[in-house]
Amino acid sequence: MRETLWTLAALISHWRRRPGNLATLVLGLAIATALWSGVQALNAQARNSYDAAANAISGGGARTLVAARGGLFDQELFVRLRRAGVEVSPVLEGAIRIGEKNIRIIGVEPLSLPRRSPIADRRTRTDVIEDFFSGPGRGFAAPQTLRRLDLSEGAQPQTERGQLLPPLAALAEAPPGAIIVDIGVAQRLLDRPGKLSRLVILDEETFDEARLKPIAGDALRLVAPDDDSDLARLTDSFHLNLTAFGFLAFLVGLFIVHAAYGLAFEQRLPTLRTLRALGVGPPHLIAAMALEIGALTLIAGGAGVLGGHAIAQALLPDVAKSLESLYGAQISDRLALDARWWLSGLAMAGAGAALAAASGLTKALRLPALSFARPMAWRGAHHRYLGRQATLAALALVAAAGAYGFGQGLASGFAIIGLALLAAALILPVGLAGVLALGERFARRPLARWFFADGRQEISGLSLALMALLIALATNIGVGSMVEGFRQTFDRWLDARLVAEIYFEAATPADARDIEAWARTQPDIAAILPVWRAKTRIGGWPVDVVGMTPHETYTAHFPLIDAPTGVWTALHAQDAVLVSEQLARRLSLAIGETLDISTSGRDWSARIVGVFPDYGNPKGQLRIDHEKLKRYFDDASGVQYSLRVDPAATKRVIENIRQRFGGKIARIIDQAEVKTLSTDIFERTFAVTTALNTLTLIVSGVALFASLLTLSDMRRARIAPVWALGATRRKLAALEMARVMAFAAGAAAFAIPLGLFMTWCLVAIVNVAAFGWRLPFHMFPAQWLVVSCIALGAAFFAALIPVVRLARVSPTELLRVFSNER
Amino acid sequence: MSIDATPENLAAERTSAPMLRVDGLKKSYPTPQGRIPVLRGVDFTLAAGASLALTGESGSGKSTLLHLVGALDDADSGDIVLDGVALTRLSENARAAIRRERISVVFQQFNLIPSLTVGENLSFQARLAGRYDPAWQEELTARLGLATLAARYPEELSGGQQQRVAIGRALAVRPRLLLADEPTGNLDEATGDAVMALALDLVAATGCAFLMATHSERLAARLQRRVRLESGLLAAQ
Repeated sequence: MRETLWTLAALISHWRRRPGNLATLVLGLAIATALWSGVQALNAQARNSYDAAANAISGGGARTLVAARGGLFDQELFVRLRRAGVEVSPVLEGAIRIGEKNIRIIGVEPLSLPRRSPIADRRTRTDVIEDFFSGPGRGFAAPQTLRRLDLSEGAQPQTERGQLLPPLAALAEAPPGAIIVDIGVAQRLLDRPGKLSRLVILDEETFDEARLKPIAGDALRLVAPDDDSDLARLTDSFHLNLTAFGFLAFLVGLFIVHAAYGLAFEQRLPTLRTLRALGVGPPHLIAAMALEIGALTLIAGGAGVLGGHAIAQALLPDVAKSLESLYGAQISDRLALDARWWLSGLAMAGAGAALAAASGLTKALRLPALSFARPMAWRGAHHRYLGRQATLAALALVAAAGAYGFGQGLASGFAIIGLALLAAALILPVGLAGVLALGERFARRPLARWFFADGRQEISGLSLALMALLIALATNIGVGSMVEGFRQTFDRWLDARLVAEIYFEAATPADARDIEAWARTQPDIAAILPVWRAKTRIGGWPVDVVGMTPHETYTAHFPLIDAPTGVWTALHAQDAVLVSEQLARRLSLAIGETLDISTSGRDWSARIVGVFPDYGNPKGQLRIDHEKLKRYFDDASGVQYSLRVDPAATKRVIENIRQRFGGKIARIIDQAEVKTLSTDIFERTFAVTTALNTLTLIVSGVALFASLLTLSDMRRARIAPVWALGATRRKLAALEMARVMAFAAGAAAFAIPLGLFMTWCLVAIVNVAAFGWRLPFHMFPAQWLVVSCIALGAAFFAALIPVVRLARVSPTELLRVFSNER
Repeated sequence: MSIDATPENLAAERTSAPMLRVDGLKKSYPTPQGRIPVLRGVDFTLAAGASLALTGESGSGKSTLLHLVGALDDADSGDIVLDGVALTRLSENARAAIRRERISVVFQQFNLIPSLTVGENLSFQARLAGRYDPAWQEELTARLGLATLAARYPEELSGGQQQRVAIGRALAVRPRLLLADEPTGNLDEATGDAVMALALDLVAATGCAFLMATHSERLAARLQRRVRLESGLLAAQ
């Protein structure tokens, strides 16, 4: 123990002399941990919210009965089941709008509320029942939901349709973004009289599945508690993407740690050898180094986890908005993270530090007590290093090809990207060394030859930082091109999909009929197109069914990816459907195949006559003839419409409808507003990706700066002889800057093809697997230029301090190189 | 005073249970042209408190022999026995313990720990071995003229000062055997002489055995005995 502690003291004394080096190491590890744990915090927060939402009523661990094809079912079924002695509690869920906010309404039946439900658990059942039944009733919402709505307890907000909610009370256990009310109130608010979403089984022990069939027929299906909710399944890809970018940022951060620790190891090598000569055995040396890494993990990991909390807090609003607008998922806007998250952050920091220090530890273990002077060993070592890099790069490429051959799922998509990035990063020093060797061969002047030769020596010291820069640049190009390509495709698609000038939703189907009748008499309105919706399930996935009327709005504009001629005639005249691209891909559907669709009556078989793009929609979608929708889905929404009007009359028509129908209109919006909303959703969806991307780039800049700063002392020993031979400090400093800029330019040149490959992987593999749609591949040369400029700028600023220090170094300092040469 | 290592003298030491015994020591190094033998079977002994200079031309194997005796390197064959312990048969960890507690080495390149101050360097090995003696440390610091330099770092010292620190560090642990590899090789003659005189004084004060490799006959003459390495074998002088 004594030996270990004294050895540790000697090792730590290095940092006392080089606090900048220590700061780099701590900063790198803290940043890596912060980015990783920040993303994990966002994921954990979302998943906790999904669980809270799923368990709020049932208390978790309970099976539920839901409509076999999704959507709602008749309350009559519940009554029949209860009369037959089946113990279930009904729930109705849906969305309302209060002001500009979407709120989930959960209707429960207080008399049969499960005892394990957090709601029943916190307040006594009697309280809840009394609250619900006394006076105007009661609505329960989490405190944060009340804050979000800017309401206090006792408030009675109005929905967008003008319906009054019961007075609200705070209940910490309520899921975020939801208000729990009596089921009768929910049916009124959601305009779903006599309808239910699910039945929670109250007592698993007495529940007999066999009794279901005679009472409910095939109308209900049993969902196990451990089945992922539709929300969890739909959001999986979103969270996986987030995790992938978090991991990438973590890896780039680890490059800093690896570079800083590697350089510290090199700088401490003489000390390590002296320690061995003084009688420190390998076990003591390894134990001391492990203790040092442990201490670093605690300090940097702790700071990183705190930073991760701050990052998550900063990104949470965008993530919450994205999840809400894309999936209708409500997540809590206040981070509540348990001990597991903090500990896993520290564990990740420890694993990262150990990984980064692994080669140093291995070398220390093998370090002989005696070492011989090997003055010109660098050349051999350099060749071995390049050979090893090239071999590993080749292996990574082979593995990437293997991953592509293995399958084109999300995991293999990310694996291909990861391996390609790794291969490119490994080959970068080899490529740069080749270019420098070529330069050295053609250089005439002695200083130019030294410039190239010395650059080759510098590569190994800077290679990790350059690899980090390459990865960050390639990711920027890859993700940037994908997002920009998506933006352009999305804009064109929106233009084609949003042809109608006005969109509205009536409060009830009866209101819709009134408005429809009036609209047909208006000269400004050229067409009224119902866009009714129903729900079904195909292949276990939730699917929306949307009706279409035969109209030029669709036949001339509606975007189709693949459709034979006569598609519109077939759609309206035959038993035919259009399927969304993601549904077609997920279930491997092709044009000409017949699809069995579960409807509110008997099943309906329809032929697939076309595939359409449906970006941003996590659910599958079927487009069918409006009349068939009415025929097969008697629970179709019946409230959504679009109107074709003279564009100049749009505002006037909207104003007229508002004035004439008031509360009968749930929502009315013009085309421009829909586009703005859609574009806003798009931007929010990629806001987190862009933020992580930018952070990754910043991290790589820090890596480069840290490496250059750490190397600057070692560089002095290489530069001093050239200075002694007559080169000025200013000239040498300029050459240093030129060399770093050249390296950055090399990294940027590598990053462009690598980024394009990444874009291809994202659009052709990852997006297809994650979201179900494939985007066209776009290239944006202007973006390459911007990224190259960023690379050069990052290199310039990273090199500025070390180079200025070099330019100002006193001759005495340079002479000391000779007196201290060992 | 110098006592030549005549065969008779060496034989006499063998019979009086020497502190250090080296028998048939061989060492070779691999090269692309095959293994090159450096030591071809070296035998000698050293009694406690005795001093021996090892001379020879550059590349004759002086440093190699010193490293083997210092338990820093492995021999191809032969025995090195220190206080009855066969160093050549010890594990890596046991050899590290021997280095820590019984053997000190003064290197030509000083090998100080650059991140520790002079004071910390001086006490480091003694603390490592659990033999730190503040009084002895103070005496060493004073006799080596390092009292005013204790807070400085090695890079802020001259070569002579650094070598004095290295000698102080080596003696602070009160080793049984002190090895010195060209200890004045990096110093000018006057500084080297001063450092050497100081080292011999302190060696006498600690009573340790002293084995020094040097190419300087002048320095070698200041030790009790001297031997010369030629073609990998010891030749008495």
